Amino acid sequence: MLTLTHYLMLSGALFAIAVAGIFINRKNMILLLMCIELMLLAVNFNFIAFSRFLDDTAGQVFVFFILTVAAAEAAIGLAILVVLFRTRSSINVKDMNSMKG
Amino acid sequence: MFELIFFGMYAFVLLAAAVGVIASRNPVHSAMFLVLAFVTSAVLWLMLEAEFLGIVLVLVYVGAVMVLFLFVVMMLDINSDTLRQGFLTYAPIGIIVAVVAVAQIWSVVWLRDQGLPAAARIEPAAADFSNTAELGAVLYTEYVYPFELAAFVLLLAIVAAIVLTMRKRPNLKQQDISKQVAVKRADRVRIVKMDAERD
Repeated sequence: MLTLTHYLMLSGALFAIAVAGIFINRKNMILLLMCIELMLLAVNFNFIAFSRFLDDTAGQVFVFFILTVAAAEAAIGLAILVVLFRTRSSINVKDMNSMKG
Repeated sequence: MFELIFFGMYAFVLLAAAVGVIASRNPVHSAMFLVLAFVTSAVLWLMLEAEFLGIVLVLVYVGAVMVLFLFVVMMLDINSDTLRQGFLTYAPIGIIVAVVAVAQIWSVVWLRDQGLPAAARIEPAAADFSNTAELGAVLYTEYVYPFELAAFVLLLAIVAAIVLTMRKRPNLKQQDISKQVAVKRADRVRIVKMDAERD
């Protein structure tokens, strides 16, 4: 029988894989953005599973807004990436040290 | 039982695709694995009876966001060898963190699951039940201000992306609207008086 636990475990595993991806691909900006997308997907999974099993539409409305914000984030992130590549001709996180932070 | 087998199959594909995203050598392959992950998630969302969001995930994510990712990946000439330096040195700590995180999340989920009414069996909705209508009914009434705010966020994203990536090139032919509007007849047309001619 399929229960809420199955979905929560699946989304937890998905989130952990995305976290590992951020550790592993810490130099490649595009991969970092993709890992963030995966994390948002895992969070959306939680929202939809709870919405289903608590029989409340509010969770789905939240997923709707998260999808909107994530799309905006991806568009702006990739625009920043393109500008960065134009000025530095590299997307290595290591090369982003002009702020000396 | 049948549901559980389906769930297991799709969950396996989803997690395998996620591993493919983070472990691929080529960023294009990563993007394609991410597309697979999104499509598989859409199927799982359909199983959760969130039909509208499942379709939106395919349309918005696979159709727009991932195409944008692929555009950028292919447009930029990335040397992926230098970017992959340190892959193996950071792999162990990444795996350790992931395993610990999974153990923590699963243990909490497992403990809290006992006796939670939410985990009980939920009856499927009737065949003529419309998830889209239900979502629209609350989205346009209860959540109408957040909805308009979301529209504004998208508008902001459009403007920001254009402003960030637009650049002035020195010898680019451009229209100057104010000059075009301010032009006078005398600047453009000259009437010449001359005798009629014939060949």
